[in-house]
Amino acid sequence: MRGGVIARLREIVGDAGCLVRPGELFAYECDGLTLSPKRPLAVVLPTTTEQVAAIVRACREAGVAFVPRGAGTGLSGGAHATENSILIECSRMNRILEVDAENRCAVVQPGVVNAELSAAVASLGLFYAPDPSSQQACTIGGNVAENSGGPHTLKYGTTTNHVLALELVLPDGSVERFGSRSGESQGFDFVGAIVGSEGTLGIVTEVTVRLTPIPKAVETLLVLFDDVVGACRAVGRVIRSGVVPAALEIVDRRTIEAVEASVYAAGLPLTAGAVLIVELDGLPVSLAGEIAAIRAACEAERCQAIEIARDEAERKRFWRARKGAFGAMGRLAPDLYVHDAVVPRMRLPAVLEQVCEICDRYGLKLANVFHAGDGNLHPNICFDRRDPDELARVMAAGKEILEACVAAGGVITGEHGVGVEKRDYMHLVFGEADLAAMRRLRDTFNPDGACNPGKIIPTTRFCVESDPKARGYDAVPIA
Amino acid sequence: MKTIDASTTPACPSNPTALANRLQAQIHAKTLDCVHCGLCLQSCPTYRATGRETSSPRGRIYLMRGHAEGRLDDPALLAEEAFLCLGCRACETACPSGVRYGEILEVTRAAVREQQPGGRFARALERFVLREIVPRRGRLAWIVRLLAVAKGLGLDRLAVRVLPEALARRAAMMPEIPAAAERKRMPAFTPAVGVRRGRVALFEGCVMPELFGRVNDAARLVLSRAGFDVVVPEAQGCCGALHAHAGDDERAKVLARANVEVFGEGATGASGKGDAGHGAERAVPGGFDAIVVTSAGCSAALKELPHWIGEDGKPLAGRVRDVLEFLDAEGLDIALSPMPRRVCYDDPCHLIHAQGIAAAPRNLLNAIPQLVLVPHRNPEACCGAAGIYNLTHPEMSETVLAPKLDALADAAPELVATANPGCAMQLAAGLAGRGIAARVVHPIELLEEASR
Repeated sequence: MRGGVIARLREIVGDAGCLVRPGELFAYECDGLTLSPKRPLAVVLPTTTEQVAAIVRACREAGVAFVPRGAGTGLSGGAHATENSILIECSRMNRILEVDAENRCAVVQPGVVNAELSAAVASLGLFYAPDPSSQQACTIGGNVAENSGGPHTLKYGTTTNHVLALELVLPDGSVERFGSRSGESQGFDFVGAIVGSEGTLGIVTEVTVRLTPIPKAVETLLVLFDDVVGACRAVGRVIRSGVVPAALEIVDRRTIEAVEASVYAAGLPLTAGAVLIVELDGLPVSLAGEIAAIRAACEAERCQAIEIARDEAERKRFWRARKGAFGAMGRLAPDLYVHDAVVPRMRLPAVLEQVCEICDRYGLKLANVFHAGDGNLHPNICFDRRDPDELARVMAAGKEILEACVAAGGVITGEHGVGVEKRDYMHLVFGEADLAAMRRLRDTFNPDGACNPGKIIPTTRFCVESDPKARGYDAVPIA
Repeated sequence: MKTIDASTTPACPSNPTALANRLQAQIHAKTLDCVHCGLCLQSCPTYRATGRETSSPRGRIYLMRGHAEGRLDDPALLAEEAFLCLGCRACETACPSGVRYGEILEVTRAAVREQQPGGRFARALERFVLREIVPRRGRLAWIVRLLAVAKGLGLDRLAVRVLPEALARRAAMMPEIPAAAERKRMPAFTPAVGVRRGRVALFEGCVMPELFGRVNDAARLVLSRAGFDVVVPEAQGCCGALHAHAGDDERAKVLARANVEVFGEGATGASGKGDAGHGAERAVPGGFDAIVVTSAGCSAALKELPHWIGEDGKPLAGRVRDVLEFLDAEGLDIALSPMPRRVCYDDPCHLIHAQGIAAAPRNLLNAIPQLVLVPHRNPEACCGAAGIYNLTHPEMSETVLAPKLDALADAAPELVATANPGCAMQLAAGLAGRGIAARVVHPIELLEEASR
């Protein structure tokens, strides 16, 4: 039967579009989350919606599950295969189909790279606002699946605020369109439901995105603090002042050291305990007053110094440094577990102290770089997965960190998604009735769970309603 | 083909192969620098062309690591991907974690060489050419003379007509063979013009003197006009980059040691015949101020000698400078006459990615009055030449070249400047194929013309 499905997939995408060699499957065993890898049965690389629909129908006929994947930069394992599933890799669906400057939108295939979309429309004075740190590699399709954010989420919102319409291959192989170019929803907001559903409702094959005018003026400030807690307090003051910065990011000393050792070095000061990056954008006349407000807020928290990027080149260097931070952690240890929890901003200082205490107690190396303006923490735990004891401590500490965030009134993911990584923590935030409601929504689109099984919704340990045997696709244990 | 079930993909930790042992010993630790973030993906020409994880830097590193750890046994795929890689190292420029991809690629290629695609005959031929022709100046010169005669008789045009398509394409890429006068040896010593600022050795390379003798000669003249004594040691040889890239690390080491003899600390270049009479008086302690190189591929390789031969390579590697890097750092300090031309500068991978040199060539070109440096899209992207890659992987090479030609066509320059012989040949053939009239030059040629 499996041989049959591969032969059928080859008919659809050609031999070169169907990967089955051991090394090929090995390379696709994980995405940006290297924990709990799973090799797929085959990887297919379609180029059109019709091919995706045909692949889905072929999988259904053979009774195998299927998982969509973009660039594989996700950090929650949302694009991990499950045992004996087909991975549908969208990297070849990378055409910008239409740019409509009058309506400020673009129609793209899901494999279009985030930063390349912005580059392609820059000459029109437009950009695509959501800017995850992986934007030079990650795809719009993946962004839609994860409802990705980024530093500029603070002012511009996450992916869901920038998707107008979608084309979706449903898990039965049919093709449906949702939303409209005008952005007005008719009846239920299906687009809102699909964005962030992590590929569990179907496979997005075309996205109509909102484009945003490039701001007339931008100023980027680096504010140096003795420690992370002081920087967090300043964030609270900035927000209270009424200014809405485009971004408010905190980078701690360990992160600065890693970044400054890398090709993304931007001259971030190694003397500060933490750096707060503040970006302001808008009309030139408005920025001077906002800079003064930021200055006052930061000085009230006894910042060491405030530097303003001298030119566009320096500004870009600051951002490259910030966005290269995750990768730069490779300098600290072979593996990295990036957490992604959100807490109310006022609780940031206290929660951060707790996070540090937890990692100290487990003897783990911690680096913090995060979207402070949103209260979106990214504790980065550096480790080596070949050390089983250390791995166990990483997992235990991770759980405690999430529990602390939830206890502070937070949630377990800000922008990375639940995937397989946070699935079994869903019960920390949601009760049985909540999970049952989510499951009903998913079942409406994806009744037997064949499309990206085992993601988001816990099925085995915490769910009494669902019988894992009846829902065979979902019975996926986490390694 | 056998159906592969992922759940039974063999893991072989109990029986590590020789390949696994070698990768474990030599590169495993370096592969751990990769945290799988994926920021490299779009910088990789073969990933952009295929969309395949296995043809990306992250995927290749994962394959290397998988073999080193005995979790994967697919040496044929590892070899295919190691050789499908252009070695452009754009991923190093993108990598926040500082993975030394070029180094681990060379080791992997050497380790999987016997698995290399193309069959034994092709491997034997490649080895013969790389070992017996390229580094031996007399033989290479003889072959080039033969090619010049063949071109003169129109045999190349005949070949394009009668050969199978794949071979014909390669034949059509054959560069123009320069006139015999350009292939002459350069003077062993050229004194500084005006105030003497220092003394450098000029590294000629293997292919450069035969096909781009005018570039080496331009470098010699500009360096002397800029106030440097220029020594061209006769005994010098090939840098070994092509060998290392092809996985022949043994021969690369032999060539590296030979160059250490000629250029290393204490060498004065005074061993040449015509030079013997007054060589000693010019010899300064420590030999040369710099070893100046006109080919980006060679300058990159010579700077990385310690990777091949350890400490012994350091004194030489530390003094190697690409000619554009050297002149920009020292300051030209010569009058340049106006040259009203529109020029696109295209970055060789081995200059921008391997050596991080992007500003120097542009600074020097901008110093020429009235020369207009025209921007074009992605000048830092690989052109697909990659040593002899355009011969071993012609289709991928053309796929990688295509967007470059689109960008140059849009920019419509009169001249395209680049600083590496392989890139120059690739761009010239590509531009000619598209009917774009722009001529390809080395920036040093323009500086020479402007400083006459």
